[in-house]
Amino acid sequence: MSLTSGTKGAAPNGGCALEIEHLSKRFGGAIALNDVSLSVRRGEVHGLLGSNGSGKSTLIKVLAGFHAPEPGAEVRLYGQPVPLPIPGVQVRALGLAFVHQHLGLIPSLSVSENLFLGQLATGQDWGINWRAIHDRAARIFERFNLALDPRAEVGRLSAVQQALLAIVRAYEDLRHASEDHGDRPGVLVLDEPTPFLPRAGVEQLFQLVRQCIDTGASVIFVSHDVDEVREITDRATILRDGQLIDTVETAQTDHDAFVERIIGRSMDIYAGAAKPMPTKGPCVAVKGLSAPGVGPVALDIGQGEILGLTGLIGSGFDNVPSLLYGAHKGTQGQMSIEGQALDLSTLTPEDALAQKITYLPADRLGQAGVGSLSVGDNVALPIYEKLRSKLGLTNRQIEIHAQILGGEAGVKPNVPALPLSALSGGNAQKALIAKWLQTNPRLLLLDEPTQGVDVGARQQIWDALDKTADSGAAILLASTDYEQLAQICHRVLIFAQGQIVAELTGAELTKDTIAERCYRSMPTLA
Amino acid sequence: MSKGEPNANIAAYEQRIAALEAKLSALTATVEVGSTGGDREKWKDWAERYGLVIAWIVMILLLGIFKPDQMFAWNSYASMLGSNAMIVVLTLALIIPLTTGDFDLSVASVMGLSSMLIAVLNVKLGFPIAGAIIVALAVGAMVGLVNAFFILYFGVHSLIVTLGTGYFINGLILWVANSGTISGVSMGLVKAVILTRFLGIPIGFYYALILTGVIWYVFQHTSMGRRLLFVGRGREVARLSGVNVNKVRTGALVAASTMAAFAGVLYTGMRGAADPSSALAFLLPAFAAAFLGSTAIYPGRFNAPGAFVAVFFLSTGIMGLNFLGVDSFVQNLFYGGGLVIAVSISQLIRGRKPMD
Repeated sequence: MSLTSGTKGAAPNGGCALEIEHLSKRFGGAIALNDVSLSVRRGEVHGLLGSNGSGKSTLIKVLAGFHAPEPGAEVRLYGQPVPLPIPGVQVRALGLAFVHQHLGLIPSLSVSENLFLGQLATGQDWGINWRAIHDRAARIFERFNLALDPRAEVGRLSAVQQALLAIVRAYEDLRHASEDHGDRPGVLVLDEPTPFLPRAGVEQLFQLVRQCIDTGASVIFVSHDVDEVREITDRATILRDGQLIDTVETAQTDHDAFVERIIGRSMDIYAGAAKPMPTKGPCVAVKGLSAPGVGPVALDIGQGEILGLTGLIGSGFDNVPSLLYGAHKGTQGQMSIEGQALDLSTLTPEDALAQKITYLPADRLGQAGVGSLSVGDNVALPIYEKLRSKLGLTNRQIEIHAQILGGEAGVKPNVPALPLSALSGGNAQKALIAKWLQTNPRLLLLDEPTQGVDVGARQQIWDALDKTADSGAAILLASTDYEQLAQICHRVLIFAQGQIVAELTGAELTKDTIAERCYRSMPTLA
Repeated sequence: MSKGEPNANIAAYEQRIAALEAKLSALTATVEVGSTGGDREKWKDWAERYGLVIAWIVMILLLGIFKPDQMFAWNSYASMLGSNAMIVVLTLALIIPLTTGDFDLSVASVMGLSSMLIAVLNVKLGFPIAGAIIVALAVGAMVGLVNAFFILYFGVHSLIVTLGTGYFINGLILWVANSGTISGVSMGLVKAVILTRFLGIPIGFYYALILTGVIWYVFQHTSMGRRLLFVGRGREVARLSGVNVNKVRTGALVAASTMAAFAGVLYTGMRGAADPSSALAFLLPAFAAAFLGSTAIYPGRFNAPGAFVAVFFLSTGIMGLNFLGVDSFVQNLFYGGGLVIAVSISQLIRGRKPMD
């Protein structure tokens, strides 16, 4: 399969707004982008598709100037070479503007202040004429047919309105930058703007995108949603594992052809582990679980079962573990664990722990452990009472205990006195998993347990989870790593728009099938 | 695909893995040696822990060169140790909420309120002294509950809430006191704080010493103390590990106010009288000592022995400068400068990360 197919045959210049040639990026030994070449035409909406780890976000970050590409790459805007690495501060003046998923708006400021943030923040002006600024904002919104009040506080706008505002702002910045060279209207990069928007909002957003390209600007639309890409783009480039797979004319490519290119055909040696379902009987049953963005969902987990949850970003699966732990207010639903009923609307983490339910959040140093405290303290936190002797708790007891646990879990270096932040991601995670496994949980809830964890540590974590499941615990694991799910889970539930849309077991449980079901899950609901 | 080839590959990999593992375990061993042995590391660690104590001794010797008669007289130290007991207690009160991540700016006001309440109840209303003390401590605990209510229920920052409640209490004190000094508090209290001496030091000092020991034990050797630290450093981590964060923070604020009220008891006993405003001047010394103390003994944490040493480090300096004939404004210079320098040092220890 050709790695750099696509645009080689296109006219030398003339029609191209942005050309990228031979772009590679390595992180240590791992290659994130491998000799990618693509071009975006004038007045075109160009889709950029790929699953997690495909390299699309690395590509965007190179364009935004966050990452320096490997030598040998070339980037041209309207035929003029752009210096590499791209100077992040000048990127807008060059004719590239970005709208990231988090939009970059300041919620406590007004719409006008956000819209002209760049000018207000850097301009030298001792008398700001607010009336004129609001009028200017109103005129801009009028041009785009948007009903936005320039004086409103951004935090009070709906998610859709905020996204529209961010796009208008990026477009206006481009227009401002290209005032003296109108033949180069610029390229607008929209990085996954839609996952959290309702369908009607996406429609509005697309209208705005079309208005932008009508003026000659080009748009790069980054997404994992095949249907949206098919609806809005003229051409689309698909990345997988850092390789450019194909650039296609959208109109001539059907849904399945896209999915096939995104997932690829099994190049990896992993077949599904096809673990036989444990037959120890049910352990946990959840009914009517609902919270903002999730549910209602019913699921059950058997004793000794590792149940995986996955879906595309925004599908709500990643909230389920923390909801079952009682970590958020406003959760509805019932859960029973080994026959005991728990009301999820009143459950607190304290109650959950008393029922031997434990939860390992994905945010390792923000929610799971404290980086400035020692590994020993972090590990011993749930069981301080058990470690105390007649004279009270001592560092020595804590460290001896943590050293034993760390040795079993393979934490390296196994020095409990070190602060947690001194360990690598994988070793910190081993220690934090050991923190919960020592409590012999009946239900272990995990959110992305191997994110940022190296391959060796990953295997050790999987082994520890297998062992725990074998001893009769139920494990719920939310992850977007399909390979990991296929290897470790007995069963995987796939979420879309807060609902379970598919259940995979046995031979179906392969990386490819999971990916395919995730990407196919959209049209079944739309 | 042939079967032999991958097997050979795997064997080669296993060998490499084994070699790497061996290397890693060797490295681990050196790290372990480094953290437990390692002369330089150990020396650096020691210097960090006891730097303040050494600085204290050096300061005494330096000042002693100029005023040997007064600086090397046990009497000077005995009275200095006794008269700073309430600052020690106030500092200990402060470090409890500081550990859980809350500032309590109302402690000095609570100390003044407690002092004034005892005087009014005992002198004006004829309460027995024990009863007056109990009422003062209870009122202190109530102030802590009020602080906790506004901080936790409304989610207002502790700095704002306690700044407000502190000022409010200052008003209460003036009201209760009728704007005057009240003297003639029961001799029983004066005896129990300052007139009784052990090794020449007023007994009030020993109360502070015992309290230092208690707070040290709670912070260092109980699970509750360790949890306080988790609540301060990572609220979300503590909450998701099953710690009732609101209960812990409330407890810390109530403990702080009650101990501040106890500092007021010592202050009243020391003078046999109460005035409406002088206690407020102790807020800054307590903060300075709390932060300076967090650079010593257990560097990087607010800790009781560190706070204890810091209080007497600062007051020794002031005593010495007074002996040298420097005016009383030196007190402000010393405490104010001490606070800023202490926080700067602790920032250096933390690697200049912004404070939480």
